[in-house]
Amino acid sequence: MSSIKIELRQEDVAKIKEICTSFGNDEQELINVLHKCQEHFGYLPAEVQEVVSDELSVPVAKIYGVVTFYSFFTMTPKGKHPISICMGTACYVRGAEKVLEEFKKELRLQVGQTTSDGKFSLSSLRCVGACGLAPVVMVGDKTYGRVAPDDVRNIIKEYEK
Amino acid sequence: METIKLTIDNKKAEVPKGTTIHKAARQMGIEIPTLCYMELHDLNIENKPAGCRICMVEVEGRRNLAPSCATRCEEGMVIKTHTTRVLNARRTVMEFILSDHPKDCLICPKSGNCELQAMANKLGIREIPGQEIAAMSTYRKDTSPSIIRDLDKCILCRRCEMMCNDVQTVGALSAVNRGFMATVAPAFEQNLEYSSCTYCGQCVAVCPTGALTEVDHTPEVLRALADPSKTVIVQTAPAVRAALGEEFGMAPGTLVTGKMVSALRALGFDYVFDTDFAADLTIMEEGTELLGRLNRHLKGDTTAKLPILTSCCPGWVNFFEYYYPDLKDIPSTAKSPQQMFGAIAKTYFAGKIKINRKDLVVVSIMPCLAKKYECQRDEFSTENNRDVDFSISTRELAAFIKQANIDLNNLEEGEFDAPLGESTGAGVIFGTTGGVIEAAVRTAYELQTGKKLERLDFTELRGLEGVREATIDFDGLPVRIGIAHGLGNARKLLDDVRSGKSQFHAIEVMACPGGCIGGGGQPLHHGNSEIIKARAAAIYTEDRKKPLRKSHENPFIIKLYEEFLEKPNSEKAHHLLHTHYFERKKKILVKP
Amino acid sequence: MAKQKKQLLVCGGKSCSSHNSEVLYDNLCLELEANALENEVSVVRSGCFGLCHLGPVVMVMPEKVVYVKVNPDDTRDIIAEHLIKGRKVERLLYHDPVSGKIIPEEKDFAPLKKQMRIVLRNCGIIDPENIEEAIAHDAYEALGRVLTEMKPADVIRIIRDSGLRGRGGGGFPTGLKWEIAYNNKSDEKYVVCNADEGDPGAFMDRSVLEGDPHAVLEAMAICGYSIGAGKGLIYIRAEYPLAVARLKTAIRQARDYGLLGDDIMGTGFSFDIEIRYGAGAFVCGEETALIHSMEGLRGEPTVKPPFPAESGFRGKPTNVNNVETFACISPIILKGAKWFSSIGTEKSKGTKVFALAGKINNVGLIEVPMGITLREVIYEIGGGIRNGKKFKAAQTGGPSGGCLTEKHLDTPIDFDNLLAAGSMMGSGGMIVMDEDDCMVSVARFFLDFTVEESCGKCSPCRIGNKRLHELLDHITKGKGVPADLDRLMNMSMVIKDTSLCGLGQSSPNPVLSTLNNFREEYEAHVTVKKCPAGQCRDLMEYFIISENCVGCTACARVCPVNAITGERKETHTINPSICIKCGACIEKCKFDAVIIR
Repeated sequence: MSSIKIELRQEDVAKIKEICTSFGNDEQELINVLHKCQEHFGYLPAEVQEVVSDELSVPVAKIYGVVTFYSFFTMTPKGKHPISICMGTACYVRGAEKVLEEFKKELRLQVGQTTSDGKFSLSSLRCVGACGLAPVVMVGDKTYGRVAPDDVRNIIKEYEK
Repeated sequence: METIKLTIDNKKAEVPKGTTIHKAARQMGIEIPTLCYMELHDLNIENKPAGCRICMVEVEGRRNLAPSCATRCEEGMVIKTHTTRVLNARRTVMEFILSDHPKDCLICPKSGNCELQAMANKLGIREIPGQEIAAMSTYRKDTSPSIIRDLDKCILCRRCEMMCNDVQTVGALSAVNRGFMATVAPAFEQNLEYSSCTYCGQCVAVCPTGALTEVDHTPEVLRALADPSKTVIVQTAPAVRAALGEEFGMAPGTLVTGKMVSALRALGFDYVFDTDFAADLTIMEEGTELLGRLNRHLKGDTTAKLPILTSCCPGWVNFFEYYYPDLKDIPSTAKSPQQMFGAIAKTYFAGKIKINRKDLVVVSIMPCLAKKYECQRDEFSTENNRDVDFSISTRELAAFIKQANIDLNNLEEGEFDAPLGESTGAGVIFGTTGGVIEAAVRTAYELQTGKKLERLDFTELRGLEGVREATIDFDGLPVRIGIAHGLGNARKLLDDVRSGKSQFHAIEVMACPGGCIGGGGQPLHHGNSEIIKARAAAIYTEDRKKPLRKSHENPFIIKLYEEFLEKPNSEKAHHLLHTHYFERKKKILVKP
Repeated sequence: MAKQKKQLLVCGGKSCSSHNSEVLYDNLCLELEANALENEVSVVRSGCFGLCHLGPVVMVMPEKVVYVKVNPDDTRDIIAEHLIKGRKVERLLYHDPVSGKIIPEEKDFAPLKKQMRIVLRNCGIIDPENIEEAIAHDAYEALGRVLTEMKPADVIRIIRDSGLRGRGGGGFPTGLKWEIAYNNKSDEKYVVCNADEGDPGAFMDRSVLEGDPHAVLEAMAICGYSIGAGKGLIYIRAEYPLAVARLKTAIRQARDYGLLGDDIMGTGFSFDIEIRYGAGAFVCGEETALIHSMEGLRGEPTVKPPFPAESGFRGKPTNVNNVETFACISPIILKGAKWFSSIGTEKSKGTKVFALAGKINNVGLIEVPMGITLREVIYEIGGGIRNGKKFKAAQTGGPSGGCLTEKHLDTPIDFDNLLAAGSMMGSGGMIVMDEDDCMVSVARFFLDFTVEESCGKCSPCRIGNKRLHELLDHITKGKGVPADLDRLMNMSMVIKDTSLCGLGQSSPNPVLSTLNNFREEYEAHVTVKKCPAGQCRDLMEYFIISENCVGCTACARVCPVNAITGERKETHTINPSICIKCGACIEKCKFDAVIIR
């Protein structure tokens, strides 16, 4: 039987094991474990899921099933400056769709993708609870309110240096 | 028992508490159509995710329609199964399902045997509104040594996932993604080949559509048959004869041994042999190995590992190689009957008819999909020539016979060819759970005690209970035997072995529920466990009819040892008939 | 209780903190120190005030003077003028947009006038990270009373008599839910708080958790005592880091004070709370899906019955309520069932929190008594439609809800009236739309969300919603035919009737409700291929009015696809088959000759 080569650094394996142990290697804690792993690695590559599978004794197919079910989990690394456009209803009625289109055009990215230089990634998210500022864009932890399509280029510029 | 009174389609009924509407209706002769629901009653297998939403019925007083498969009957319920509202809902849901399903029924391997196709027909669907603007969920096709996954045809009934996880505990498949792109796949939507899949084929056996099918090897077989330079021989597994007739409209449990032989001969095979012969040979080797280990153990040899595990089921071998590599020196080293047959055919028999092994093509007819993988294993080849060249399933054979325009029903009863076609009743019962160990007991008893075994039917070893145990009295020596069918049941016994709790001397494991008669390559049971029971009964009938019922009494086996192998577990026998196992689980490589 | 005489409350809600309220907080602290006032005046990061459109907001306590749109640079004025000299900083006070009057005190704010705060009673008033302040505002008093004076059945009776219904969406009577869990005997039971707020446009749970976490913890303990559970779990969105942090602090403090953990208040009752994280799946708001998610599985719902009260988390009886429901519990215990049931309508008691957003002047979080009319919410609390436009519809219940229109303006808002109007309460998002909003596009937007969030388990939701979305999209592109409207209707009815869980059973509501209320708008799309609201790009046509056109050629020169032709000083024309509707010509034309029609 052929096998995929899986490579991880020793300290990464140790870290995953440490996370799993901290949740008592309990399979019911899978989502908490994945949260911690994503916090540490920034994303959940196949290799990480394989180690979690071993530690929690959950088939890796099931772990992948969970990872692909929840939109918070990702298997691709986010950009250095992750850009999220709120697509909550309040933002939508105030034109978030056009803002998103503008980001797609400017960055030549689809939602869920990362630029080839790893600088920006684009995602849409559900209500962030800043409806008073709609439409809202977040770059990393910074929130931009009342964003118009015309502002998009300037927002990107801030991070291009 | 507490009962519940209810009304279905204006008919009154009383059912035990806890009964679902679907079952209650069935008891009253009302068959509510469903796609995802499946129950194999005697095997304790049930799939009811209530996901397809075809079996919806109207329950008086409820706001929405209810899924009959997953709704428990309640006192005084008034249910209607075919109101306008129900029929419109069923049709619309069916249109939804079909709108995301390819329409290539004409060339689909499941055509004519597809539950979705049958449902579309039953509901009289003649068009799919909005198809022209409907996007389809599409996925990469995956072909493994045994199984083809074509998920464009998946309707998310989740039966395969349930078999793979709940019944087999293999965990190769899981529901993945969400919403419209949700489907069932191995981790990372990789090929099955890179997963923990054992190729048991139980997912294929329950798939209602063409999403999971076997790799079709009949074209290769046809090519070999057409090649004048090749001598093509065939071996048929015991479970095939008990099921093949179903594909030709015969009642489940009809034995078609003789007709099958005639059909194979008509197809052009030069020799029609029987895997049952190799099953007898397996008993000689495995039985001898068991007695060897047992006697060493009785003498206090702590290196003698017990229990011994049977090794004739390739799905099971794949399973322990993946999940229990630490126990890989416990199973018998005896090859499976299919591979023993191939090894003997390409040496002993090729020598007898004086041809080069490369000009001899060995085809096996198996109730199994893992056999396709097994015969492709590197260790079962000599100089790139496989011991068994091609393995085709019962279903493929049926299709092959139909293609050749052979009318199985009206064929004469043929006889297997000698020398590899002769078998005893012990070889036949390999086809059902408990059969291998029963065959082994019949021979081991006589070899161990030197006495003649009077009682040949060990009913304590038979049945469909998932895990069974029995102690057989070997003339004062109690031999403790465990039996499991279905890999989830096997796991229970294996965990005991691993933890040192197991008290068994020998354990038989079959990967498929019911044993080979319920194999992944058999005619589809469509959720009817009566079919599996009927096949088991047929196997035991065949056994009873045989003049010889103990493997070591098979005259051709005796002759084989005399002429070729010397004695069981001889050096030559070891070389040809035994194998070794590998750790199959991928290792996580750690970078320094 | 704070010992200081005065407090400065800085709103820490998302809208305010996105507008530098953090810097504002730091500046206030520095400024106080500079004036040696740090021992007399404290600065507190509070929960959301609900005045999101006026942020950042600072309230001076105890006089409850509110400063709005405060910049970090304004801190000096607030300290120097208000705190030291006792003079209000007029330019930072709220100016009523209608009367133009200055309104210094919170109680006189128009947006707050019609409101009644039960759930949000402490939000914006206490420091959510300080349990002592919460206790000073009666936190844990109800728990104490319950544990020392009442039997579980008594508590359940009070909750039942109060008429409280679940605020998560369905409106199931809370007391009855507790009673069922109480009656199911088991050695182990669980109390679960559903804080996986997922409606796009609703953030009340977040505000409660960030502003008054103890309200939820206390109620969970009361529930645990009532149904016989020793363990509570809060299932919260991982995207709410501040709420998570505040909950963790609150749990730790409650444990330190003996209000959670073993032998609470020496009564022998033990109850502890753990946090579980959601990971971005709207369907996990459905209680069976939520429970599966907490068990480390895909959040797929299962058929009910069995209900969680019978077999829930780890197969044990489990009571699931949402944040807002829990936040009602302590006041009911303290003030009595009669008090609570005196508020609201016949079958909907108490208050409801709405997140008011969209084309409305006063965006924010409001809490109003059940039975208030839509007119009061929009025109009195919300201050009317922005830019003087005309009210068209209010969408309630998020993607599961529907639209309320002009004819519903005077209908009292409660669970049953909303259902009757083809919408639902849902978790309380209320998005106001004006004449520029195309209702077909709105329906498509919600279906887009449902398609994204469907778990995929059952066919009507997995495929049916996708087909609904495709058809709506088709219609907004001008490719629909009249028969499509009947198909929309039939698909919607069947999806509602056959889906496995609440998500699918309600997902067609936005379609049905807009189709019922704005049928003529749909018809315009499929017959004359026009979008009356002018929102559907594919249905717009750019046109040059010959009377206005002077033939300057500016439009033709700017057109990127050469769709505009015409001789100099003669009327130009746009070829609609080439035009890509980019709008460049409109911008360029100085004579208002280019219009969209």
